[in-house]
Amino acid sequence: MTSIVELPLYQLAHGRAGDKGNTSNISVIAWNQTCFELLVSQVTEGKVAAWFGYRHPSKVTRYVLPKLLAMNYVLEGILDGGVNDALNLDSHGKGLSFWMMDMPIEVPQTLAQQLSIKEYSKKAD
Amino acid sequence: MSTLSTSQSAQRPLYVGCATGFSGDRTDGAGPVVDTLIALGGGVLNFETLGERTLALAQIEKRKDPNMGYEPLLADLVGPVLKRCLDHRIQIVSNFGAANPQAAAQRIFAIAREQKLRTPRIAVVYGDDLNEPEQLKFLLKKLGTDIDPKRVVSANAYIGAYEIAQALNDGADIVVTGRASDPSLTLGPAIAHFGWAMDDWHKMGCGTMAGHMLECGTQVSGGYYSVPGQKSVPGMDRIGFPIAEIRADGTFSIFKANDTGGLVDDRTGREQILYEVHDPARYLTPDVTADITEACITEEGPNRIRVEGIQGHPRPTELKVNVCYDNGYLAEAEISYAGFRARERAVLAGETVRKRIGHLLALRIDLIGAISIFGDDAGELMGKGLPEARDVRLRVAGVHIDKSIAEKILREVTSLYCCGPAGGGGVRTSLRPRLDTLSCTIPRESVPCGYRFVEEQHA
Repeated sequence: MTSIVELPLYQLAHGRAGDKGNTSNISVIAWNQTCFELLVSQVTEGKVAAWFGYRHPSKVTRYVLPKLLAMNYVLEGILDGGVNDALNLDSHGKGLSFWMMDMPIEVPQTLAQQLSIKEYSKKAD
Repeated sequence: MSTLSTSQSAQRPLYVGCATGFSGDRTDGAGPVVDTLIALGGGVLNFETLGERTLALAQIEKRKDPNMGYEPLLADLVGPVLKRCLDHRIQIVSNFGAANPQAAAQRIFAIAREQKLRTPRIAVVYGDDLNEPEQLKFLLKKLGTDIDPKRVVSANAYIGAYEIAQALNDGADIVVTGRASDPSLTLGPAIAHFGWAMDDWHKMGCGTMAGHMLECGTQVSGGYYSVPGQKSVPGMDRIGFPIAEIRADGTFSIFKANDTGGLVDDRTGREQILYEVHDPARYLTPDVTADITEACITEEGPNRIRVEGIQGHPRPTELKVNVCYDNGYLAEAEISYAGFRARERAVLAGETVRKRIGHLLALRIDLIGAISIFGDDAGELMGKGLPEARDVRLRVAGVHIDKSIAEKILREVTSLYCCGPAGGGGVRTSLRPRLDTLSCTIPRESVPCGYRFVEEQHA
Protein backbone atom coordinates (compact mmCIF):
# COMPACT_ATOMS: atom_id res chain seq x y z
CA MET A 1 0.00 0.00 0.00
CA THR A 2 1.27 3.44 -0.94
CA SER A 3 1.78 5.68 2.01
CA ILE A 4 0.37 9.20 1.98
CA VAL A 5 2.39 12.32 2.73
CA GLU A 6 1.25 15.87 3.16
CA LEU A 7 2.65 18.51 0.81
CA PRO A 8 1.83 22.19 0.47
CA LEU A 9 -0.29 23.04 -2.54
CA TYR A 10 2.59 24.86 -4.22
CA GLN A 11 4.24 21.49 -4.79
CA LEU A 12 1.35 20.56 -7.09
CA ALA A 13 0.18 23.87 -8.56
CA HIS A 14 0.80 27.53 -9.16
CA GLY A 15 -1.69 30.39 -9.19
CA ARG A 16 -2.45 34.08 -9.13
CA ALA A 17 -4.93 36.26 -7.26
CA GLY A 18 -7.01 39.05 -8.77
CA ASP A 19 -9.58 41.40 -7.30
CA LYS A 20 -12.82 43.06 -8.27
CA GLY A 21 -14.44 45.07 -5.50
CA ASN A 22 -14.70 42.96 -2.36
CA THR A 23 -14.19 39.70 -4.26
CA SER A 24 -10.93 37.87 -4.80
CA ASN A 25 -10.39 35.22 -7.45
CA ILE A 26 -7.51 32.83 -7.05
CA SER A 27 -6.45 30.44 -9.78
CA VAL A 28 -4.94 27.08 -8.92
CA ILE A 29 -3.18 25.63 -11.95
CA ALA A 30 -1.83 22.10 -11.67
CA TRP A 31 1.68 21.28 -12.81
CA ASN A 32 0.31 18.21 -14.63
CA GLN A 33 -2.73 15.99 -15.16
CA THR A 34 -2.01 13.76 -12.16
CA CYS A 35 -1.74 16.74 -9.84
CA PHE A 36 -4.89 18.22 -11.37
CA GLU A 37 -6.99 15.16 -10.58
CA LEU A 38 -5.71 15.07 -7.02
CA LEU A 39 -6.50 18.75 -6.55
CA VAL A 40 -9.99 18.50 -8.03
CA SER A 41 -10.82 15.90 -5.39
CA GLN A 42 -9.18 17.70 -2.48
CA VAL A 43 -9.34 21.46 -2.98
CA THR A 44 -13.09 21.68 -2.60
CA GLU A 45 -15.14 24.81 -2.04
CA GLY A 46 -15.60 23.78 1.59
CA LYS A 47 -11.91 23.27 2.16
CA VAL A 48 -11.04 26.64 0.62
CA ALA A 49 -13.76 28.37 2.65
CA ALA A 50 -12.29 26.86 5.81
CA TRP A 51 -8.70 27.71 4.83
CA PHE A 52 -9.71 31.34 4.40
CA GLY A 53 -12.14 31.16 7.31
CA TYR A 54 -10.36 33.83 9.33
CA ARG A 55 -11.32 36.32 6.60
CA HIS A 56 -14.95 35.18 6.63
CA PRO A 57 -15.80 34.72 2.94
CA SER A 58 -19.52 35.15 2.38
CA LYS A 59 -19.38 32.68 -0.51
CA VAL A 60 -16.78 30.48 -2.21
CA THR A 61 -17.38 29.21 -5.74
CA ARG A 62 -15.09 26.86 -7.63
CA TYR A 63 -14.94 26.66 -11.42
CA VAL A 64 -13.09 23.72 -12.95
CA LEU A 65 -11.29 24.17 -16.29
CA PRO A 66 -9.88 20.76 -17.28
CA LYS A 67 -8.38 22.02 -20.55
CA LEU A 68 -6.26 24.51 -18.61
CA LEU A 69 -5.56 22.02 -15.80
CA ALA A 70 -6.95 24.79 -13.65
CA MET A 71 -9.51 25.68 -11.05
CA ASN A 72 -10.69 29.19 -10.39
CA TYR A 73 -11.86 30.04 -6.88
CA VAL A 74 -14.04 33.07 -6.37
CA LEU A 75 -14.07 34.21 -2.75
CA GLU A 76 -16.65 36.87 -2.05
CA GLY A 77 -16.41 39.31 0.83
CA ILE A 78 -12.83 38.57 1.90
CA LEU A 79 -11.10 41.85 1.04
CA ASP A 80 -12.40 44.01 3.90
CA GLY A 81 -14.34 46.00 1.32
CA GLY A 82 -11.72 45.92 -1.44
CA VAL A 83 -9.10 48.24 -2.84
CA ASN A 84 -10.69 51.48 -1.65
CA ASP A 85 -12.01 50.36 1.71
CA ALA A 86 -9.53 47.94 3.19
CA LEU A 87 -6.87 49.15 5.62
CA ASN A 88 -4.64 46.28 4.56
CA LEU A 89 -1.38 47.36 2.93
CA ASP A 90 -2.29 44.84 0.23
CA SER A 91 -5.82 46.11 -0.26
CA HIS A 92 -6.08 44.20 -3.56
CA GLY A 93 -5.38 40.92 -1.77
CA LYS A 94 -2.67 40.19 -4.31
CA GLY A 95 -0.73 38.12 -1.80
CA LEU A 96 -3.66 35.80 -1.09
CA SER A 97 -2.64 33.33 -3.79
CA PHE A 98 0.33 32.54 -1.58
CA TRP A 99 -1.93 31.85 1.38
CA MET A 100 -3.77 29.39 -0.87
CA MET A 101 -0.46 27.84 -1.95
CA ASP A 102 0.33 26.78 1.62
CA MET A 103 -2.78 24.59 1.90
CA PRO A 104 -1.77 21.03 2.84
CA ILE A 105 -2.60 18.36 0.25
CA GLU A 106 -2.48 14.60 0.81
CA VAL A 107 -0.24 13.09 -1.83
CA PRO A 108 0.73 9.44 -2.44
CA GLN A 109 4.40 8.93 -1.59
CA THR A 110 5.12 7.74 -5.15
CA LEU A 111 3.78 10.97 -6.64
CA ALA A 112 5.47 13.12 -4.05
CA GLN A 113 8.81 11.72 -5.16
CA GLN A 114 8.12 12.62 -8.79
CA LEU A 115 7.15 16.23 -8.21
CA SER A 116 9.69 18.38 -9.89
CA ILE A 117 9.94 21.29 -7.47
CA LYS A 118 12.67 19.76 -5.38
CA GLU A 119 13.63 23.08 -3.87
CA TYR A 120 10.41 23.07 -1.95
CA SER A 121 10.38 19.45 -0.85
CA LYS A 122 11.98 20.22 2.50
CA LYS A 123 9.51 20.37 5.32
CA ALA A 124 9.02 23.97 6.32
CA ASP A 125 9.56 24.91 9.97
CA MET B 1 -25.83 46.74 -35.52
CA SER B 2 -23.70 47.90 -38.38
CA THR B 3 -20.84 46.05 -39.94
CA LEU B 4 -17.66 47.94 -40.51
CA SER B 5 -15.96 47.83 -43.85
CA THR B 6 -13.43 45.09 -44.32
CA SER B 7 -9.96 46.33 -45.03
CA GLN B 8 -8.05 44.95 -47.99
CA SER B 9 -5.55 43.21 -45.79
CA ALA B 10 -8.27 41.36 -43.88
CA GLN B 11 -6.74 37.93 -44.20
CA ARG B 12 -3.35 38.98 -42.90
CA PRO B 13 -3.06 38.40 -39.17
CA LEU B 14 -3.27 41.47 -36.99
CA TYR B 15 -0.45 42.16 -34.57
CA VAL B 16 -1.29 44.08 -31.41
CA GLY B 17 1.37 44.84 -28.80
CA CYS B 18 0.76 46.23 -25.34
CA ALA B 19 3.46 48.32 -23.69
CA THR B 20 1.98 49.04 -20.25
CA GLY B 21 -0.26 47.13 -17.88
CA PHE B 22 -1.21 50.01 -15.61
CA SER B 23 -0.51 53.63 -14.85
CA GLY B 24 2.88 53.49 -13.19
CA ASP B 25 4.23 50.59 -15.22
CA ARG B 26 7.68 50.74 -16.84
CA THR B 27 7.77 53.39 -19.53
CA ASP B 28 10.48 51.80 -21.67
CA GLY B 29 8.49 48.78 -22.82
CA ALA B 30 7.21 50.23 -26.07
CA GLY B 31 10.52 50.47 -27.97
CA PRO B 32 11.11 46.73 -28.39
CA VAL B 33 7.38 46.16 -29.06
CA VAL B 34 7.36 48.75 -31.84
CA ASP B 35 10.58 47.39 -33.36
CA THR B 36 9.05 43.92 -33.40
CA LEU B 37 5.83 45.21 -34.97
CA ILE B 38 7.88 46.96 -37.66
CA ALA B 39 9.73 43.71 -38.38
CA LEU B 40 6.36 41.95 -38.69
CA GLY B 41 5.15 44.50 -41.21
CA GLY B 42 3.01 46.67 -38.96
CA GLY B 43 0.38 46.47 -36.26
CA VAL B 44 -1.19 48.33 -33.39
CA LEU B 45 0.33 49.50 -30.12
CA ASN B 46 -1.77 49.56 -26.94
CA PHE B 47 -1.00 51.34 -23.71
CA GLU B 48 -3.33 50.23 -20.91
CA THR B 49 -3.09 52.74 -18.08
CA LEU B 50 -6.44 52.92 -16.28
CA GLY B 51 -7.51 51.38 -13.02
CA GLU B 52 -10.53 52.10 -10.83
CA ARG B 53 -8.59 54.65 -8.79
CA THR B 54 -6.49 56.04 -11.63
CA LEU B 55 -9.44 57.67 -13.30
CA ALA B 56 -10.62 59.33 -10.11
CA LEU B 57 -7.13 60.69 -9.45
CA ALA B 58 -7.02 62.01 -13.03
CA GLN B 59 -10.34 63.76 -12.51
CA ILE B 60 -8.91 65.49 -9.44
CA GLU B 61 -5.94 66.69 -11.52
CA LYS B 62 -8.29 67.97 -14.23
CA ARG B 63 -10.20 70.02 -11.67
CA LYS B 64 -6.99 71.66 -10.56
CA ASP B 65 -5.86 72.33 -14.16
CA PRO B 66 -8.18 71.89 -17.14
CA ASN B 67 -5.18 70.95 -19.29
CA MET B 68 -4.34 67.96 -17.11
CA GLY B 69 -6.19 64.81 -16.12
CA TYR B 70 -4.63 62.41 -18.60
CA GLU B 71 -1.94 59.81 -17.92
CA PRO B 72 0.86 61.75 -16.19
CA LEU B 73 3.58 59.68 -17.88
CA LEU B 74 2.08 60.14 -21.36
CA ALA B 75 5.13 61.91 -22.80
CA ASP B 76 7.47 59.23 -21.42
CA LEU B 77 5.34 56.53 -23.01
CA VAL B 78 4.67 58.05 -26.42
CA GLY B 79 7.71 60.29 -26.95
CA PRO B 80 10.31 57.61 -27.61
CA VAL B 81 8.19 55.70 -30.16
CA LEU B 82 6.01 58.31 -31.86
CA LYS B 83 8.32 58.77 -34.86
CA ARG B 84 8.65 55.05 -35.49
CA CYS B 85 4.88 54.57 -35.16
CA LEU B 86 4.04 57.37 -37.58
CA ASP B 87 6.75 56.35 -40.05
CA HIS B 88 5.59 52.73 -40.13
CA ARG B 89 1.84 53.29 -39.79
CA ILE B 90 1.64 51.59 -36.43
CA GLN B 91 -1.50 52.93 -34.84
CA ILE B 92 -1.56 53.73 -31.13
CA VAL B 93 -4.73 52.87 -29.23
CA SER B 94 -4.80 53.71 -25.55
CA ASN B 95 -7.00 54.69 -22.64
CA PHE B 96 -4.32 57.12 -21.46
CA GLY B 97 -6.78 59.92 -22.08
CA ALA B 98 -8.16 59.08 -18.62
CA ALA B 99 -10.31 62.07 -17.51
CA ASN B 100 -9.18 64.32 -20.35
CA PRO B 101 -8.60 62.65 -23.76
CA GLN B 102 -8.70 66.06 -25.50
CA ALA B 103 -5.77 67.33 -23.46
CA ALA B 104 -3.88 64.08 -24.03
CA ALA B 105 -4.33 64.56 -27.79
CA GLN B 106 -2.95 68.11 -27.53
CA ARG B 107 0.05 66.79 -25.59
CA ILE B 108 0.75 64.29 -28.38
CA PHE B 109 0.50 67.05 -31.00
CA ALA B 110 3.07 68.97 -28.98
CA ILE B 111 5.41 65.96 -28.86
CA ALA B 112 5.10 65.56 -32.64
CA ARG B 113 5.87 69.26 -33.07
CA GLU B 114 8.89 69.09 -30.77
CA GLN B 115 10.22 66.12 -32.73
CA LYS B 116 9.42 67.77 -36.08
CA LEU B 117 7.17 64.90 -37.13
CA ARG B 118 4.14 65.09 -39.37
CA THR B 119 0.94 66.05 -37.59
CA PRO B 120 -0.73 62.82 -36.53
CA ARG B 121 -4.44 62.20 -37.05
CA ILE B 122 -5.71 61.80 -33.51
CA ALA B 123 -9.22 60.67 -32.67
CA VAL B 124 -10.68 60.84 -29.19
CA VAL B 125 -13.49 58.61 -28.02
CA TYR B 126 -16.08 60.36 -25.87
CA GLY B 127 -19.15 59.37 -23.90
CA ASP B 128 -17.72 57.45 -20.94
CA ASP B 129 -17.58 60.51 -18.68
CA LEU B 130 -20.90 60.89 -16.83
CA ASN B 131 -20.01 63.89 -14.69
CA GLU B 132 -22.82 66.20 -15.86
CA PRO B 133 -25.18 67.14 -13.00
CA GLU B 134 -28.18 65.47 -14.65
CA GLN B 135 -26.21 62.26 -15.24
CA LEU B 136 -24.92 62.24 -11.66
CA LYS B 137 -28.40 62.69 -10.27
CA PHE B 138 -29.56 59.72 -12.32
CA LEU B 139 -26.60 57.60 -11.22
CA LEU B 140 -26.87 58.36 -7.52
CA LYS B 141 -30.56 57.51 -7.64
CA LYS B 142 -29.75 54.27 -9.45
CA LEU B 143 -27.11 53.46 -6.82
CA GLY B 144 -29.61 54.15 -4.06
CA THR B 145 -27.14 56.31 -2.16
CA ASP B 146 -27.67 59.61 -0.41
CA ILE B 147 -24.08 60.85 -0.70
CA ASP B 148 -23.76 64.52 -1.53
CA PRO B 149 -23.13 64.89 -5.31
CA LYS B 150 -20.41 67.40 -4.39
CA ARG B 151 -18.38 64.48 -3.01
CA VAL B 152 -18.41 62.67 -6.37
CA VAL B 153 -15.00 62.82 -8.01
CA SER B 154 -15.63 60.77 -11.13
CA ALA B 155 -18.39 58.82 -12.79
CA ASN B 156 -17.54 56.76 -15.83
CA ALA B 157 -19.15 54.06 -17.89
CA TYR B 158 -17.02 51.26 -19.28
CA ILE B 159 -17.46 51.65 -23.01
CA GLY B 160 -16.53 49.24 -25.75
CA ALA B 161 -14.63 48.67 -28.97
CA TYR B 162 -17.01 50.04 -31.59
CA GLU B 163 -15.92 53.69 -31.57
CA ILE B 164 -12.25 52.66 -31.53
CA ALA B 165 -12.81 50.49 -34.61
CA GLN B 166 -14.67 53.28 -36.40
CA ALA B 167 -11.94 55.80 -35.69
CA LEU B 168 -9.28 53.43 -37.02
CA ASN B 169 -11.30 52.74 -40.16
CA ASP B 170 -11.59 56.47 -40.56
CA GLY B 171 -7.82 56.81 -40.73
CA ALA B 172 -6.75 57.61 -37.19
CA ASP B 173 -3.07 57.26 -36.40
CA ILE B 174 -3.83 57.46 -32.72
CA VAL B 175 -7.04 56.74 -30.81
CA VAL B 176 -7.25 58.20 -27.32
CA THR B 177 -9.98 57.00 -24.99
CA GLY B 178 -11.04 57.50 -21.41
CA ARG B 179 -12.76 54.63 -19.66
CA ALA B 180 -12.90 52.17 -22.53
CA SER B 181 -12.74 48.67 -21.14
CA ASP B 182 -9.21 47.30 -21.25
CA PRO B 183 -9.75 44.45 -23.75
CA SER B 184 -11.66 46.79 -26.10
CA LEU B 185 -8.32 48.47 -26.87
CA THR B 186 -7.34 45.26 -28.67
CA LEU B 187 -10.76 44.17 -29.91
CA GLY B 188 -11.36 47.54 -31.60
CA PRO B 189 -8.35 47.20 -33.91
CA ALA B 190 -9.33 43.59 -34.69
CA ILE B 191 -12.86 44.67 -35.67
CA ALA B 192 -11.38 47.36 -37.91
CA HIS B 193 -8.83 45.01 -39.43
CA PHE B 194 -10.99 41.97 -40.12
CA GLY B 195 -14.33 43.69 -40.57
CA TRP B 196 -15.89 41.48 -37.90
CA ALA B 197 -19.57 42.15 -37.24
CA MET B 198 -20.30 43.56 -33.79
CA ASP B 199 -22.73 40.72 -33.18
CA ASP B 200 -20.36 37.97 -34.27
CA TRP B 201 -20.12 36.91 -30.65
CA HIS B 202 -17.49 34.25 -31.25
CA LYS B 203 -15.13 36.75 -32.81
CA MET B 204 -15.95 39.37 -30.21
CA GLY B 205 -15.06 36.78 -27.54
CA CYS B 206 -11.77 35.91 -29.24
CA GLY B 207 -10.65 39.51 -29.73
CA THR B 208 -11.67 40.32 -26.17
CA MET B 209 -9.65 37.49 -24.69
CA ALA B 210 -6.64 38.46 -26.83
CA GLY B 211 -7.01 41.90 -25.24
CA HIS B 212 -7.41 40.31 -21.81
CA MET B 213 -4.11 38.48 -22.26
CA LEU B 214 -2.39 41.76 -23.22
CA GLU B 215 -4.06 44.23 -20.88
CA CYS B 216 -1.76 43.63 -17.91
CA GLY B 217 1.38 44.03 -19.99
CA THR B 218 4.10 41.65 -18.88
CA GLN B 219 1.78 39.66 -16.62
CA VAL B 220 1.49 37.24 -19.56
CA SER B 221 5.17 37.35 -20.51
CA GLY B 222 6.91 36.49 -17.27
CA GLY B 223 5.97 39.39 -15.03
CA TYR B 224 4.14 38.72 -11.77
CA TYR B 225 5.13 35.07 -12.12
CA SER B 226 8.61 34.29 -10.83
CA VAL B 227 9.28 32.29 -7.69
CA PRO B 228 13.03 31.77 -7.42
CA GLY B 229 13.89 28.09 -7.45
CA GLN B 230 10.41 27.15 -8.62
CA LYS B 231 9.29 29.30 -11.55
CA SER B 232 12.29 31.02 -13.08
CA VAL B 233 12.05 33.93 -15.48
CA PRO B 234 15.16 35.09 -17.34
CA GLY B 235 16.04 38.76 -17.69
CA MET B 236 13.37 40.31 -15.49
CA ASP B 237 15.24 43.61 -15.60
CA ARG B 238 14.45 43.86 -19.32
CA ILE B 239 11.28 41.84 -19.50
CA GLY B 240 9.54 41.98 -22.88
CA PHE B 241 6.01 43.28 -23.29
CA PRO B 242 3.55 41.02 -25.10
CA ILE B 243 2.26 40.96 -28.65
CA ALA B 244 -0.80 39.09 -29.93
CA GLU B 245 -1.05 37.66 -33.43
CA ILE B 246 -4.78 37.60 -34.06
CA ARG B 247 -6.04 35.61 -37.04
CA ALA B 248 -9.19 36.00 -39.11
CA ASP B 249 -10.77 32.90 -37.53
CA GLY B 250 -10.35 34.43 -34.05
CA THR B 251 -7.59 32.14 -32.83
CA PHE B 252 -4.56 33.97 -31.61
CA SER B 253 -1.01 33.51 -30.38
CA ILE B 254 0.87 35.44 -27.74
CA PHE B 255 4.59 36.11 -27.83
CA LYS B 256 6.86 38.90 -26.63
CA ALA B 257 8.97 41.63 -28.15
CA ASN B 258 12.25 40.58 -29.78
CA ASP B 259 15.53 40.79 -27.86
CA THR B 260 13.98 41.09 -24.41
CA GLY B 261 13.89 39.09 -21.21
CA GLY B 262 10.84 37.39 -19.82
CA LEU B 263 8.97 34.18 -20.52
CA VAL B 264 5.85 33.20 -22.42
CA ASP B 265 4.73 29.62 -21.88
CA ASP B 266 1.56 27.65 -21.17
CA ARG B 267 1.90 28.45 -17.46
CA THR B 268 2.31 32.21 -17.76
CA GLY B 269 -0.61 32.08 -20.21
CA ARG B 270 -2.86 30.13 -17.85
CA GLU B 271 -2.16 32.45 -14.94
CA GLN B 272 -3.09 35.47 -17.01
CA ILE B 273 -6.15 34.08 -18.79
CA LEU B 274 -7.77 33.49 -15.38
CA TYR B 275 -6.60 36.79 -13.88
CA GLU B 276 -9.53 38.77 -12.51
CA VAL B 277 -11.98 36.30 -14.03
CA HIS B 278 -14.94 35.12 -11.98
CA ASP B 279 -17.27 32.75 -13.83
CA PRO B 280 -15.15 31.59 -16.81
CA ALA B 281 -18.31 31.11 -18.88
CA ARG B 282 -19.30 34.74 -18.35
CA TYR B 283 -16.44 37.20 -18.65
CA LEU B 284 -18.40 40.41 -19.09
CA THR B 285 -17.24 43.38 -21.14
CA PRO B 286 -19.20 46.10 -22.96
CA ASP B 287 -18.65 44.13 -26.18
CA VAL B 288 -19.43 40.52 -25.38
CA THR B 289 -19.90 37.82 -22.78
CA ALA B 290 -16.70 35.90 -23.37
CA ASP B 291 -16.51 32.23 -22.42
CA ILE B 292 -13.20 30.48 -21.72
CA THR B 293 -14.55 27.20 -20.34
CA GLU B 294 -13.23 25.34 -23.41
CA ALA B 295 -10.14 27.50 -23.87
CA CYS B 296 -6.90 25.72 -24.50
CA ILE B 297 -3.36 27.12 -24.30
CA THR B 298 -0.52 25.30 -26.02
CA GLU B 299 3.12 26.11 -26.59
CA GLU B 300 3.84 26.70 -30.27
CA GLY B 301 7.52 27.36 -29.84
CA PRO B 302 9.93 29.12 -27.53
CA ASN B 303 8.16 32.06 -25.84
CA ARG B 304 5.06 31.62 -27.96
CA ILE B 305 1.65 30.20 -27.04
CA ARG B 306 -1.51 29.58 -29.04
CA VAL B 307 -4.94 30.21 -27.53
CA GLU B 308 -7.95 28.40 -28.97
CA GLY B 309 -11.44 27.39 -27.96
CA ILE B 310 -12.70 30.81 -26.89
CA GLN B 311 -16.46 31.21 -27.21
CA GLY B 312 -18.68 34.27 -27.11
CA HIS B 313 -22.26 35.00 -26.13
CA PRO B 314 -24.35 38.16 -26.52
CA ARG B 315 -23.01 41.21 -24.75
CA PRO B 316 -24.56 42.42 -21.48
CA THR B 317 -27.60 44.61 -22.08
CA GLU B 318 -26.31 47.33 -19.75
CA LEU B 319 -22.97 49.07 -19.23
CA LYS B 320 -21.02 49.04 -15.97
CA VAL B 321 -20.50 52.39 -14.28
CA ASN B 322 -18.06 53.29 -11.52
CA VAL B 323 -18.71 56.32 -9.34
CA CYS B 324 -15.78 57.48 -7.22
CA TYR B 325 -16.34 59.83 -4.32
CA ASP B 326 -14.37 61.50 -1.55
CA ASN B 327 -14.63 59.55 1.64
CA GLY B 328 -12.37 61.03 4.26
CA TYR B 329 -8.70 60.40 4.86
CA LEU B 330 -6.46 57.36 5.09
CA ALA B 331 -3.71 57.73 7.68
CA GLU B 332 -0.79 55.33 7.88
CA ALA B 333 2.24 55.45 10.16
CA GLU B 334 5.09 53.03 10.77
CA ILE B 335 7.96 52.50 13.21
CA SER B 336 10.52 49.69 13.38
CA TYR B 337 11.88 47.54 16.20
CA ALA B 338 14.79 45.13 15.81
CA GLY B 339 16.78 42.76 18.02
CA PHE B 340 15.74 40.91 21.16
CA ARG B 341 12.04 41.07 21.99
CA ALA B 342 11.47 43.18 18.87
CA ARG B 343 8.08 41.58 18.29
CA GLU B 344 7.01 42.16 21.89
CA ARG B 345 8.09 45.80 21.70
CA ALA B 346 6.17 46.33 18.46
CA VAL B 347 3.08 44.73 19.99
CA LEU B 348 3.36 46.98 23.04
CA ALA B 349 3.75 50.03 20.80
CA GLY B 350 0.59 49.09 18.89
CA GLU B 351 -1.35 48.52 22.11
CA THR B 352 -0.18 51.88 23.39
CA VAL B 353 -1.52 53.67 20.31
CA ARG B 354 -4.77 51.75 20.54
CA LYS B 355 -5.27 52.74 24.19
CA ARG B 356 -4.76 56.40 23.36
CA ILE B 357 -6.89 56.79 20.20
CA GLY B 358 -8.68 53.47 19.60
CA HIS B 359 -11.90 55.01 20.88
CA LEU B 360 -11.79 57.69 18.16
CA LEU B 361 -11.47 55.49 15.08
CA ALA B 362 -11.00 51.86 14.06
CA LEU B 363 -7.30 51.02 13.82
CA ARG B 364 -5.58 48.33 11.85
CA ILE B 365 -2.32 47.17 13.37
CA ASP B 366 0.27 45.26 11.35
CA LEU B 367 3.51 43.72 12.49
CA ILE B 368 5.46 43.72 9.27
CA GLY B 369 7.97 40.91 9.48
CA ALA B 370 5.64 38.77 11.58
CA ILE B 371 2.08 39.10 10.24
CA SER B 372 0.86 41.83 7.94
CA ILE B 373 -0.80 41.42 4.54
CA PHE B 374 -2.19 37.93 5.16
CA GLY B 375 -4.18 39.31 8.09
CA ASP B 376 -7.62 40.83 7.85
CA ASP B 377 -8.51 44.28 9.15
CA ALA B 378 -10.08 42.77 12.27
CA GLY B 379 -6.75 41.19 13.24
CA GLU B 380 -8.22 37.71 13.60
CA LEU B 381 -5.16 35.99 12.12
CA MET B 382 -2.85 37.82 14.49
CA GLY B 383 -5.00 36.60 17.36
CA LYS B 384 -4.14 33.00 16.45
CA GLY B 385 -0.51 33.53 17.45
CA LEU B 386 2.51 35.37 16.14
CA PRO B 387 5.67 33.88 14.69
CA GLU B 388 8.94 34.84 16.36
CA ALA B 389 10.50 37.86 14.67
CA ARG B 390 13.55 40.00 15.45
CA ASP B 391 13.03 42.78 12.90
CA VAL B 392 9.48 44.07 12.99
CA ARG B 393 7.86 47.17 11.59
CA LEU B 394 4.71 48.33 13.32
CA ARG B 395 2.13 49.84 10.98
CA VAL B 396 -0.96 51.60 12.24
CA ALA B 397 -3.65 52.55 9.72
CA GLY B 398 -7.09 54.07 9.93
CA VAL B 399 -9.58 56.20 8.06
CA HIS B 400 -11.80 59.02 9.20
CA ILE B 401 -14.00 61.52 7.43
CA ASP B 402 -12.49 64.19 9.70
CA LYS B 403 -8.90 64.95 8.71
CA SER B 404 -7.92 66.07 12.21
CA ILE B 405 -8.97 62.70 13.68
CA ALA B 406 -7.15 60.70 10.98
CA GLU B 407 -4.04 62.80 11.66
CA LYS B 408 -3.94 61.59 15.24
CA ILE B 409 -2.55 58.28 13.98
CA LEU B 410 0.44 60.13 12.56
CA ARG B 411 0.93 62.06 15.80
CA GLU B 412 0.63 59.01 18.05
CA VAL B 413 3.05 56.83 16.08
CA THR B 414 5.56 59.66 15.78
CA SER B 415 5.46 60.24 19.53
CA LEU B 416 6.49 56.60 20.07
CA TYR B 417 10.01 57.84 19.39
CA CYS B 418 10.15 59.09 22.98
CA CYS B 419 7.04 57.78 24.69
CA GLY B 420 7.06 54.25 23.25
CA PRO B 421 9.01 51.04 23.91
CA ALA B 422 12.80 50.92 23.68
CA GLY B 423 14.69 51.23 20.43
CA GLY B 424 11.93 52.30 18.04
CA GLY B 425 13.21 53.97 14.88
CA GLY B 426 12.43 54.93 11.31
CA VAL B 427 9.05 56.60 11.64
CA ARG B 428 7.32 57.34 8.34
CA THR B 429 3.83 58.76 8.08
CA SER B 430 1.36 59.50 5.30
CA LEU B 431 -2.07 61.06 5.09
CA ARG B 432 -4.04 60.76 1.87
CA PRO B 433 -7.56 61.66 0.76
CA ARG B 434 -9.51 58.45 0.41
CA LEU B 435 -11.69 57.61 -2.54
CA ASP B 436 -14.48 55.08 -2.53
CA THR B 437 -16.17 53.45 -5.48
CA LEU B 438 -19.78 52.51 -6.09
CA SER B 439 -20.77 50.43 -9.11
CA CYS B 440 -23.96 49.85 -11.00
CA THR B 441 -25.10 49.16 -14.53
CA ILE B 442 -27.16 51.49 -16.71
CA PRO B 443 -28.87 51.21 -20.10
CA ARG B 444 -26.61 51.72 -23.11
CA GLU B 445 -28.91 54.51 -24.31
CA SER B 446 -27.85 56.56 -21.28
CA VAL B 447 -24.25 56.54 -22.54
CA PRO B 448 -24.16 58.14 -25.99
CA CYS B 449 -20.64 57.48 -27.27
CA GLY B 450 -18.77 58.58 -30.32
CA TYR B 451 -15.41 59.68 -31.63
CA ARG B 452 -14.09 62.82 -33.21
CA PHE B 453 -10.85 63.92 -34.80
CA VAL B 454 -9.06 66.58 -32.80
CA GLU B 455 -7.65 69.78 -34.26
CA GLU B 456 -4.25 70.84 -33.08
CA GLN B 457 -4.45 73.95 -30.91
CA HIS B 458 -1.43 76.18 -31.10
CA ALA B 459 -0.53 77.82 -27.86
